[in-house]
Amino acid sequence: MQQIINFIIRNKSFLLYLLLFSIAFGFTIQSHSYHKSKFINSANFLSGGIYNSINNVNEYIHLRSQNELLQEENNHLRSILYNQPDSIQETFVDSLYSGISYKFSPAIIIKNSYSSSNNILLLNRGKRDSIQQDFGVISSKGIVGIVDNTSKKYATVISILNTTSRISAQLKKSNHFGSLIWNGKSPHIVQLTEIQKIAPIQKGDTIVTSGRSAIFPKNIPIGTIESYNLDSSENYYTIHVRLFNDMTSLEHVYIIENKDVNEINMLLNNPHE
Amino acid sequence: MNSIVLTHSFRFVILALLQVLILSHINFLGYINPYLYILFILLFPLKNNRVIFIFLSFLLGLTIDMFLDSGGIHAAASVTIAYIRPAILKLSFGAVYDHQTLKFSNVEFGSKLSYIIILTIIHHLVLFSLEIFNFYKIILILQYTLFSSIFTIILCLLTTVIFNRRK
Repeated sequence: MQQIINFIIRNKSFLLYLLLFSIAFGFTIQSHSYHKSKFINSANFLSGGIYNSINNVNEYIHLRSQNELLQEENNHLRSILYNQPDSIQETFVDSLYSGISYKFSPAIIIKNSYSSSNNILLLNRGKRDSIQQDFGVISSKGIVGIVDNTSKKYATVISILNTTSRISAQLKKSNHFGSLIWNGKSPHIVQLTEIQKIAPIQKGDTIVTSGRSAIFPKNIPIGTIESYNLDSSENYYTIHVRLFNDMTSLEHVYIIENKDVNEINMLLNNPHE
Repeated sequence: MNSIVLTHSFRFVILALLQVLILSHINFLGYINPYLYILFILLFPLKNNRVIFIFLSFLLGLTIDMFLDSGGIHAAASVTIAYIRPAILKLSFGAVYDHQTLKFSNVEFGSKLSYIIILTIIHHLVLFSLEIFNFYKIILILQYTLFSSIFTIILCLLTTVIFNRRK
């Protein structure tokens, strides 16, 4: 017993080093597996608060370009609204059943990140605004990511520029679908894998979300095909997609809540009930 | 004694804030960032309680990790260089360190440079190995380590030179 205690006292700095290193290593491994980084994240009172106050100043620098972006989106929405052939509803609509299954709420990115291999963003909305894990996040131009952790006032988002993220996406014209991943290189290019060899693809084709995952609705734009090649087994295409979004200058985003997600998950998990 | 504690707590906070609010958003050529916060570990007093020193380095790394959402990579890298610092001190300064008369403000530039270079490269190597976490991308790890180290070393030297002259 004496010897053991002596050993611990003699090597206390080495043992402390080993202990702290393994704790840090544990956090690292957790952050590399999807939806697991629970303990150390920026959605907390301290870092969220500091980023929020810094962002209050930074907002003014990008005010002009963000305004132009929002005006562009307004213009697009207006053109859809006034060009609708049946804008006046003539049939009776039951007001109790809204038929809306996706709820949108606006948010602002207070910490953007695009240069590391696992990028995580921070939003100024949290549990207080009924934001939960697995809500989708989009901007006016295309998809941004999926909500990961939430605190009372803040939420972290796994960006599509994260090597652990996998989002279901498809070709707009032919409904062939695959998974959207990122190889960690350029913040403007993501990869769409597992597209069947039979799919007709061309450079410049549009890629949209597939609506198969219960996170994003269908037909949210993602990007255009930059280049493509067959994988090593020659059965599937790997497509390099140039994003519509400029991930390096995001500010105004929308959080999507799928109201039917519980019902869908219940059905998928218990098919015999 | 009290003034030393005060100086270093102040330095801890300033370096951490500088790192997470400014230096980690430089992204020179897309990915090169300096990691100046290791200056806290490099310039920590030599006569110290080693356990407290290692623990403080861990805390600094973990603070950076919390802000940057990077898991525990900065904590692991910081605690590593804090643990091996005595060995590197002996390697770069030799007899001066053995006689306990070492002061960072009046040492040879050459040995100081080698001390900063060795610790920075080890820190960045651990950092990027854990961040990329893929043995097949070893070239990418070495590339990131090299370029970011150059940036960090230049910034560390500039900072030490500027803040020493004032005294």
